[in-house]
Amino acid sequence: MLFTIFAILTLAGAAAAMSLRNLVHSVLALIVAFGGLAVVYLLLGAQFVGFAQVLVYIGAVAILIVFAILLTRSADTASSSIGGSWVAGGVTALAVFGVLAWAISHSSASHGAAMPQPEASMQQIGDALMLRFALPLEMIGLLLTAALIGAVTIASREKRGPR
Amino acid sequence: MTPLMGCLLLSALLFAIGLAGALVRRNAILVLIGIELMLNAANLNFIAFWRYGPHPEALTGMMFVVFSIGVAAAEAAVGLALIISLYRHIKSVNIDEVNSMSG
Amino acid sequence: MAEAADQIFVALERWLVGHTPAGVRPVFAEVISVVALLAVFASLFAMTTVLERKGLGRIQNRYGPNRVGPFGILQPLADGIKSLTKEDIVPQAADRIVHFLAPVVLVLAAFSMYAVLPVGRNMVLANLDAGVLFFFAASSVMEVSIFMAGWSSRNKYSLLGAMRAVAQMISYEVPLILASITAVMAAGSLSTVTIVEKQAGYTGILPHWFVLTPWGFAGFVLFMIATTAESNRSPFDLPEGESEIIAGYFTEYSGFKFALFFLGEYIGMFAMSGLGITLFLGGWTAPLSFLTWVPSYLWFFAKLLFMIAMFIWIRGTLPRLRMDQLMNFAWKFMLPLALINLVTTGVWRFLPHGILRWIVCAVMVVVPYILLGRGLAQGWKLKKRVYRFAE
Repeated sequence: MLFTIFAILTLAGAAAAMSLRNLVHSVLALIVAFGGLAVVYLLLGAQFVGFAQVLVYIGAVAILIVFAILLTRSADTASSSIGGSWVAGGVTALAVFGVLAWAISHSSASHGAAMPQPEASMQQIGDALMLRFALPLEMIGLLLTAALIGAVTIASREKRGPR
Repeated sequence: MTPLMGCLLLSALLFAIGLAGALVRRNAILVLIGIELMLNAANLNFIAFWRYGPHPEALTGMMFVVFSIGVAAAEAAVGLALIISLYRHIKSVNIDEVNSMSG
Repeated sequence: MAEAADQIFVALERWLVGHTPAGVRPVFAEVISVVALLAVFASLFAMTTVLERKGLGRIQNRYGPNRVGPFGILQPLADGIKSLTKEDIVPQAADRIVHFLAPVVLVLAAFSMYAVLPVGRNMVLANLDAGVLFFFAASSVMEVSIFMAGWSSRNKYSLLGAMRAVAQMISYEVPLILASITAVMAAGSLSTVTIVEKQAGYTGILPHWFVLTPWGFAGFVLFMIATTAESNRSPFDLPEGESEIIAGYFTEYSGFKFALFFLGEYIGMFAMSGLGITLFLGGWTAPLSFLTWVPSYLWFFAKLLFMIAMFIWIRGTLPRLRMDQLMNFAWKFMLPLALINLVTTGVWRFLPHGILRWIVCAVMVVVPYILLGRGLAQGWKLKKRVYRFAE
């Protein structure tokens, strides 16, 4: 029952994020959607992922999007930002959802037996990260460094040379 | 309606909403928001299968999501840097106006 | 006897819960703990407002408030009545819903940080396996509320203040988390209860607190500087400086919402000090081995009051930093030192016990500090200070 409430909250936030005209309201609805998803992760027993979702998505990605909105002055202009071909986009999304829903309801995995709550203590996560997933950990460190340097380089103002 | 089916349907709905937004809206930042929603839907899918699938003690699903969150943050940073840089050139974030190969 | 005094609140809660019907018991136990936490920290907030004003007054060579009650201690009561009865003005162009929700989100995020702080032996609201991570997740929601406050006022100065505040908070979160990771590494767990228990031993009369090691001392100093910046306290209070930008992101708030902002900021400050105490100062353990008969919660609050006094002292003493000086300090000075501190913690852990690891780690902490300080401060000349007292 709790899962249903937060699922509806997440969906409402996502729908509002995609359909509101004011960009900052859209980002706030997105934050609600992220929060709802974090609670769903906690309900499924994935504590580390739930807290990491709040810390990274709400505390960093959403604020980054807000900064970009303010730096590109998109908050002031209230121009219509729905293109002429919105029917095609909507139909595509509906078709994708239809296929996914059919696949989910007709697959054998969905009708399996209920499992007991698995245990995912921090000790096990730490062991997994350092032993089995050590190489992906290093790779993601490299990736984040490259993304940091790249983002700073792309977004910095170009020095005007002598014209 | 098993719990797994509920989670998967939620994930599919979130993905469809994100996809609809990314295809329909013309503001570059809203397209990026749609992409973030799609990534979140995929993460939920992984966690649902970690919880209700075989071998949850291997923690594979959870690890995948941890790295996916990291990659999504990096991609959001670079994408927004690109949008800011684009804004400086054409003074607009409407992706319909990014249609010339010169300049 | 000391044991009974130590566990008196736990026993009180158990007695209260025993009087309720069996179905409601878990919920009732949580509700009692939450109400107790809220009451204690809200009254600590009231006491701190008076302490701060009187302390600042004395540092600035004047009396603080001394009209309301003896020595002014009933001043929070007067302040509370004033803020509750003031007219609630919302600008006409403001975004009403977001304007209303911003202080609510701030107070919610700030109070939820207390769930993982062990206030005494067996006195933690939620013994989460990933307690420190939950704490940082709750503190990053505070940044969102500050942006909401600044943007919804439709005021250029509010927005500017909010952007500066958010940039400052995000920048200082990095050294904050890196400094906490050293304590987590040394204790081997993200659970705050385990971290305090690892600091509960004594060699001779000295405790095993992490602050009494070279890396712990450096980590504690970094943590405290980052906490001062995260709470927008002086000398990092450019976003809300009264002489700079009126009141920054809460310019357009009046009456009760302003009081909620004030409350939220102070509660956030107490929570972060509480985490600093848990990670570095040994939580509820006594400082000397013959003082363990004093109840554990008294030690926690004594340390918390010490930290508050430090914050008030620093506020009254140091001048405000400019925005670019602030950001340079975070990214060019504190981040390299926090990373080197992380390496030092690892070295401490893997060297054998003895005088060698003290010397090596002390050198690894002090030398980068001196070199980085000299390197970044080239060309500054320090003149001898001249004090002028009010006559």
